[in-house]
Amino acid sequence: MSTQTMTTITADGRRPRIRMERVNWSGTIILFLCAVTVLLPLYVTISMAFKTTGQAVDGNAFSLPAPFSLDGFVEAWNLTKFPVGAAISLAVTAGTVVATIVLAAFASYAIVRNWDRRLFRWSFFYLLAAMFIPFPVVALPQIQLTGRVGLDNPLGVIILATMFQLSFSVLLFTAFLRSIPLELEESARMDGASTWQTFWRIIFPLLGPMSATVGIFAFLYAWNDFMMPSLIISDPALQTLPVRQNLFQNQFSNNYNVSFASYLMAMAPAIVAYLFTQRWVMEGVTQGAVKG
Amino acid sequence: MSTTTTIVTAGDSTRRRSTRRVEPIYYLFLVPTLLLFTLAITVPGVIGIFFSFTDSIGIGEWSFNGLTNYIALFSDPAILQSYLFTFGFSIATVIVVNVIAFLLAVGLTSRIRFKTGLRAIFVIPMVISGIIIAYVFNFLFSNSIPAAGAATGIPWLSTSLLANPDLAWIAIVIVTAWQAIPGTLLIYIAGLLSVPGDVYEAADIDGASKRQQLLRITLPLVAGYVVINVILGFKGFLNAYDIIVGLTNGGPGTSTRSIAMTIIAGFNGGDYAYQMANATIFFIVAVLISLLQLSLTRGRNAL
Repeated sequence: MSTQTMTTITADGRRPRIRMERVNWSGTIILFLCAVTVLLPLYVTISMAFKTTGQAVDGNAFSLPAPFSLDGFVEAWNLTKFPVGAAISLAVTAGTVVATIVLAAFASYAIVRNWDRRLFRWSFFYLLAAMFIPFPVVALPQIQLTGRVGLDNPLGVIILATMFQLSFSVLLFTAFLRSIPLELEESARMDGASTWQTFWRIIFPLLGPMSATVGIFAFLYAWNDFMMPSLIISDPALQTLPVRQNLFQNQFSNNYNVSFASYLMAMAPAIVAYLFTQRWVMEGVTQGAVKG
Repeated sequence: MSTTTTIVTAGDSTRRRSTRRVEPIYYLFLVPTLLLFTLAITVPGVIGIFFSFTDSIGIGEWSFNGLTNYIALFSDPAILQSYLFTFGFSIATVIVVNVIAFLLAVGLTSRIRFKTGLRAIFVIPMVISGIIIAYVFNFLFSNSIPAAGAATGIPWLSTSLLANPDLAWIAIVIVTAWQAIPGTLLIYIAGLLSVPGDVYEAADIDGASKRQQLLRITLPLVAGYVVINVILGFKGFLNAYDIIVGLTNGGPGTSTRSIAMTIIAGFNGGDYAYQMANATIFFIVAVLISLLQLSLTRGRNAL
């Protein structure tokens, strides 16, 4: 936190205004008003979730809960089988993040160190070409194939999500690996380390910041995606949290406190994770988007 | 594809003529991923294109029917409507998102207080699932706003935006923009911070107003970032699915059905091969936009 504040201040310090040394208060106020439009839907979600069913149906989304009730959470927890959904979402997200980082780092290292070989060079462009392919284009055959080979489950989603993240991740990793001097590895090899050891002891730690970027993108995609799991996972009992909101939409009916409690439980983990890692998330997204 | 070949030749020229053997472990690093990638993306893609030339319904027997599906596509009002809607929605959203994100970025890099806190708030929508926030807005559009409209006696507020076939797309633009602004905003902030401060100093000395500085200095200097944001955003919005499912599910009627939704509907609707032809066309559109992106960003790098 402190370092970020520091950097923004110095970034500003580079831009001394002759007439504008004072704080721009009108700008600050306007931005606060804009921030309200971001926070309002979140406030509505939280306040609706803590209402009783009776209070929730009156349509006034902005009133505070009175009395304060946890009924919505209890019912949503049981109705949507929240623990199961959360466990599956967590498994899909963790699996996708780890698989994306490891497979992309492996592939990128092999590609960069063997760039003089045709197979490795062409593989790079082959993997990158997937950036042209939106999921809907290949969705129907994928649904059929995963069904046929018994991957119409969360594992299938992990595999497909990882493959869709691969091109972008390989692009980031290879760009970074090209900037790492060979000497770093050669000294390790001199000491008798194998390529496998060199990768894990030297290269992978160096890739840390890039892995964070790749991991954040994979996390946001896997945790929040609705389209892919809804199409690939055939058993509703094995669905992820976002898909569960869709499946239970009819059963929530007018019990808005239940539906909003369910939404809140599904979105809270990502928001909490973000609040603790916001500096990395912002840096990672900026880095990834500008390079990608 | 043309850009790909130019990069390959660039690689060729720097190639060292080495006769060393490639260590087997490098194949272990790369080949399993290549195989998995081929099975997960390339094979389905080829299967899809193959079946777009048949009359398959997804299972059972099928036979080739040439270009029948493609010819039918171009005269199918439902398909044309989904393309019209998706492109219109994407263009509108790109404009809304980029204008707002750019102005917010200018604000967030100026001399304001609580900079870190404000920025942290503006990024929150990015970490929320599209379909879930769409359900939240769905409630606001169909319950809260009509209730407020009825209470204040404003007639146009008292009917749900989502129930109006001509206006439902506006709700989709609002929610998509709400979620897409953070990513765009972060890129603009990076762009604005890359502009050297002495440029503004010089402008100040020459007596340029704030508005002139924004339009004549800032905007041209971050033009490359505008191009990136517009194209990345447009590509993403063309795939619109999650938020629409949560807001209108394609309705009222079929007025807000996106291309992705029509393709997916083919899985249950029995027109598998027909929608694969649709997917193939959509793929070609995506490739064309990506090539446009490559040529534009390449041109910028050459400057």
